[in-house]
Amino acid sequence: MDVLKKVPVREQDPKVRAANFEEVCLGYNKEEAMEEASRCLNCKNAKCVKGCPVAIDIPAFVGKVKEGDIQGAAKVIARSSALPAVCGRVCPQESQCEGQCIRGIKGEPVSIGKLERFVADWSRENGFVPEKPEHANGKKVAVVGSGPAGLTCAGDLAKLGYAVTVFEALHEPGGVLLYGIPEFRLPKEGVVMPEIDNVRKLGVRIETNVIIGKSVTIDQLLEDEGFDAVFIGSGAGLPMFMGIPGENANGVFSANEYLTRSNLMKAFRDDYDTPIAAGKKVAVVGGGNVAMDAARTALRLGADVHIVYRRSEAELPARAEEVHHAKEEGIIFNLLTNPVEILVDDKGWVKGMRCIRMELGEPDASGRRRPVPVEGSEFVIDVDTVIMSLGTSPNPLISSTTKGLEVDRRKCIVAEEANGKTSKEGVYAGGDAVTGAATVILAMEAGRAGARGIDEYLTGSGQ
Amino acid sequence: MYKIVRSEQLADRIYLMDVEAPRVARACQPGEFVIVKMDEAGERIPLTICDYDRDTGLVTIVFQIVGASTQKMASLKAGDSFRDFVGPLGRPSEFVHEDLEVLKNRRMLFVAGGVGTAPVYPQVKWLKAHGIEADVVMGAKTKDMLILEEKMKEAAGNLYITTDDGSYARKGMVTDVVKDLVEVQGKRYDVCVAIGPVIMMKFVSLLTKELGIPTVVSMNPIMVDGTGMCGACRLTVGGQVKFACVDGPEFDGHKVDFDEAMKRQQMYRTQEGRAMLRLKEGHTHHGGCGFCGDGQE
Repeated sequence: MDVLKKVPVREQDPKVRAANFEEVCLGYNKEEAMEEASRCLNCKNAKCVKGCPVAIDIPAFVGKVKEGDIQGAAKVIARSSALPAVCGRVCPQESQCEGQCIRGIKGEPVSIGKLERFVADWSRENGFVPEKPEHANGKKVAVVGSGPAGLTCAGDLAKLGYAVTVFEALHEPGGVLLYGIPEFRLPKEGVVMPEIDNVRKLGVRIETNVIIGKSVTIDQLLEDEGFDAVFIGSGAGLPMFMGIPGENANGVFSANEYLTRSNLMKAFRDDYDTPIAAGKKVAVVGGGNVAMDAARTALRLGADVHIVYRRSEAELPARAEEVHHAKEEGIIFNLLTNPVEILVDDKGWVKGMRCIRMELGEPDASGRRRPVPVEGSEFVIDVDTVIMSLGTSPNPLISSTTKGLEVDRRKCIVAEEANGKTSKEGVYAGGDAVTGAATVILAMEAGRAGARGIDEYLTGSGQ
Repeated sequence: MYKIVRSEQLADRIYLMDVEAPRVARACQPGEFVIVKMDEAGERIPLTICDYDRDTGLVTIVFQIVGASTQKMASLKAGDSFRDFVGPLGRPSEFVHEDLEVLKNRRMLFVAGGVGTAPVYPQVKWLKAHGIEADVVMGAKTKDMLILEEKMKEAAGNLYITTDDGSYARKGMVTDVVKDLVEVQGKRYDVCVAIGPVIMMKFVSLLTKELGIPTVVSMNPIMVDGTGMCGACRLTVGGQVKFACVDGPEFDGHKVDFDEAMKRQQMYRTQEGRAMLRLKEGHTHHGGCGFCGDGQE
């Protein structure tokens, strides 16, 4: 064994998986996990823990894996995370825990994400469930949204004895874990649902089909329904479009729509009713994780897929692993390319996309080199479907119906980072609703902070 | 689960159901809508709210069979349930928030076409309950397709009915009636609310623009989540992209790009569009266009 290298993780062959929705990464078995765990140096002042937004005691759980005590490892993780099977799969470990790992200085860091995933999968398969809190403190908290921020906040508060109700606007809980991230990256029945069930087992009630701001307002929850505090984790919001000609043609989708049809509504399965116009030649505009997810979904539905991104490969915001997987599967990357017009046939359907080549100029406000159009370089990509993956703008449903809830210039809810406190008494917020679109783990961190803030508020300990 | 306590066929392919949905019944306002999902595998279908009772917690929905899912829905009986029923969605009609004294002096004309009569009814009823009588023009293809006539008669000031084929009341389009009311009978209206097929709303809007009557229309494009997340329901209003679910469904009829909206809807409504859909959707078509039966055609 080469201690400088990670124990390789088994994956589905790229050619095979390009045509199915089964999970790409197959994960470690116990022997592989124990071997990988033995690479951990068990640092006294462990930097990996500082790299983890929810501060999992990584050396402690990895140490338990090394000894073969997987249940012990699961207990260590459960102290900090309610969704380890999810995080082990979708966290950007390379820039968090693994990015700080001392092993990574000379060789490859310890594969912390894959170990976390192994522990979580093992616990689920072996029926290890979190313990329900014994004492109830008689206080009620409402959580808006059942995505990573809401579930984490709900789980933490339930452990402290609060009676927690989570309100979900869609017909199933899970938020972006369900409608956004595809099956092949995060299996729904196998991984997401059991993880949500674990939160329920802590005593959390989840009410679906309730749109806060429409079915009932935050003020009504506090005044009429007897909740002592509310946490808003309502997620990112409305998809953005480019504003170029032809964008409302048939065959142009937001990545949110495309992914929601496939993931939440299960359009990829023959036994579900919702359709998806998969496309034969698809262009996905954007370079983030959502763009990769949409592209790889279209590929699996049988299309030739191009990623069209205006900067170069170095600036792609998606995780390196996602880009790598997309390339392996045969997605074509048209970098330094920007759409200027979607060409539409006389029936209103997409028949092509006119693009312009870009080059990188001086660094802009984000510190990345600004893409500048190359004059006279326009060309047409032959596509029948375009998926716009350009990010989101905040949903106004809650901010416009809640008295005294401050929003910022971008219309995101203003909340304190340390405790989720908003401008309105008893109301806390976190996740994409506050920061704009970010990652699952950052939303979980915000959910955790919100739970802390609410507990301080309701026990008076924060004063 | 959301129990159906009454199910009734109103006309050919048009059905009415009372559904137990207390949260929606408590919160909904005229102009808003709901999304229902029949079962685990079902689509999310946006539907009109035709009536609501805050005390009994019942919401009345009316729908027309347009696809495989609504076809399946039509077979539901009292005692059956929807797996999901969520709302209210969209923004209420603007008048709901206006000063009643101002409203009382407003001369309002409603134009209802076909199944579009259902969302007009709660608006007219709300106005009546607040002491305002509105004129209503109701149009249907034939006598058999006319719905909610009795209820509308109770709620409206004057009710004018027309059928395309002349099988009941007068013969002609709703636009003929509006023209007649304004140009021949010399009626004056401060606002017109037109709800029905897109093509009807387009022609009513063209006419009222000529007549100088500000006009509100209610758009019902394809939707998935209904909360602003997917953007499937986008349309162009006054040159700007709007989402029917969170910015609407009611918009200024003189600013809506109806031709674009029709093109976006055509894929579900025309022979060519349906053939195209089947091609594009491949094995996920599931007969969703509603015109090829079980999708095997």
